[in-house]
Amino acid sequence: MNTWTIFKRELTSYFTQPTAYAIVVIFGFLSTLLAFTLGNFWGIGDASLYGSFFRFHPLLLMILVPAVSMRQWSDEHSTGTIELLGTFPIKLRSAILGKFFASALIWFVALLLTFPIVSAVTYLGEPDSGTILSGYIGSFLVCCTFLAITTLVSSFTRDQVVALIASVAICCVLTICGWEPVINEIRRSGSGQAVDIMTQLGIYSHFFDTTLGLIRMTSLLYFLGLIAVCLVGTNMVLKSQRA
Amino acid sequence: MIEVTGLTKRFGSKVAVDDLSFSVKKGEVLGFLGPNGAGKSTTMRMVTGFLPVTAGEIKICGISMIDSPEAAKKKIGYLPESAPLYNDMTVQGFLKFCASLRGLSGAARRTAVESAIETCFLNSVARQSIGTLSKGYRHRTCLAQALLHDPEVLVLDEPTDGLDPNQKLEVRKLIKNLGKEKAILFSTHILEEVSAACTRAVIVDQGKIVADGTPEQLIAEGRGSLYDLFHKVTSTDNTAA
Repeated sequence: MNTWTIFKRELTSYFTQPTAYAIVVIFGFLSTLLAFTLGNFWGIGDASLYGSFFRFHPLLLMILVPAVSMRQWSDEHSTGTIELLGTFPIKLRSAILGKFFASALIWFVALLLTFPIVSAVTYLGEPDSGTILSGYIGSFLVCCTFLAITTLVSSFTRDQVVALIASVAICCVLTICGWEPVINEIRRSGSGQAVDIMTQLGIYSHFFDTTLGLIRMTSLLYFLGLIAVCLVGTNMVLKSQRA
Repeated sequence: MIEVTGLTKRFGSKVAVDDLSFSVKKGEVLGFLGPNGAGKSTTMRMVTGFLPVTAGEIKICGISMIDSPEAAKKKIGYLPESAPLYNDMTVQGFLKFCASLRGLSGAARRTAVESAIETCFLNSVARQSIGTLSKGYRHRTCLAQALLHDPEVLVLDEPTDGLDPNQKLEVRKLIKNLGKEKAILFSTHILEEVSAACTRAVIVDQGKIVADGTPEQLIAEGRGSLYDLFHKVTSTDNTAA
């Protein structure tokens, strides 16, 4: 019940400010632009949309997700409203989950708004809708993972800019260390073990599987595990700050 | 209704509140006086369940804040020192949100919000965004959220801070009226407020109670001046350092 109340407040708050609108539009625009330029949408002949469309999502999301959610807890610290929340008869985890789900819904909507590209590929060919749906699930899991990281980082600081920079840095590391060009470079230098570790730690290999229509248990555990660790961590950080 | 026994709070090696004990009964308005940094806000934050205690016990209407914080918090209305609010909400929207978190819904929530708006004279700004309000209205909006669930205990941290003289008078009158039915603990460093609104007052210095009594007793103890008593029993910045 309290999670729902905080969810509604957060969602309203996102839509009373221009940031959420701007970032949803920027994500739609950039992901489509990249699909038609670097992704070579017309030439690649890929109906699964991985090569032309989904491939770029982690690169965009590692910056845009923290930009939407950087204020999540840092704002509560700087305005002092955390003191109000802390004295209401609610569990802290209700507040954390309410805020997290509201931000996740923003990204769900942002991903839904990229439907023109799915319409285009459906019109032009005969795509496997299951693979595309799986790709979207993968993208949404990446969104939620980056969101959970931002939630944790923002619980440490009252400064939104610090929260943004630190969150982007962590999301960048997770994205880059599994990114094809980086992995290929390390493979060329001959360190097979490093390639294995980086592939498992990075977002890309887990994300790549989902865009091929494979939702593996290990990938699911990777995403959900990271989300759970970050949210539990947020709870611990917020509690320890009061002590 | 508020029973505090042996309350202690340490931040590292610094003792902010040192073995503090006091109680506030129904119909009593306890003024919590003290210089800046005396431990007033820390005590209030512990009483309202925001800060965990290092040692001691807090009971609100007989419910332990340490063992059953959620049940105890339901009995309290709290106005924090800086009157924190969500600037992107309207006054009415904010009060509805707070009422929902207090477990009110439907007609009960509507009535509670209307009544709090009425009591705190917020009718003219009810649909206004909080970010555009003056300090006085912000304070009263935060006070209104503390009254929503008609709590048995009110904890008000410097409720008149930053208000103009007329607003101060109104808030003091309001505290006095509310105090007839509730137990109120309110902090201030404005000594006039003691005789204007309190039935009893304690002076706190360096985390300890250094004077306790009715306003008349305290004035008598200070040989006719509460200022003299305050100056005598509290440490100045120089002596504290």
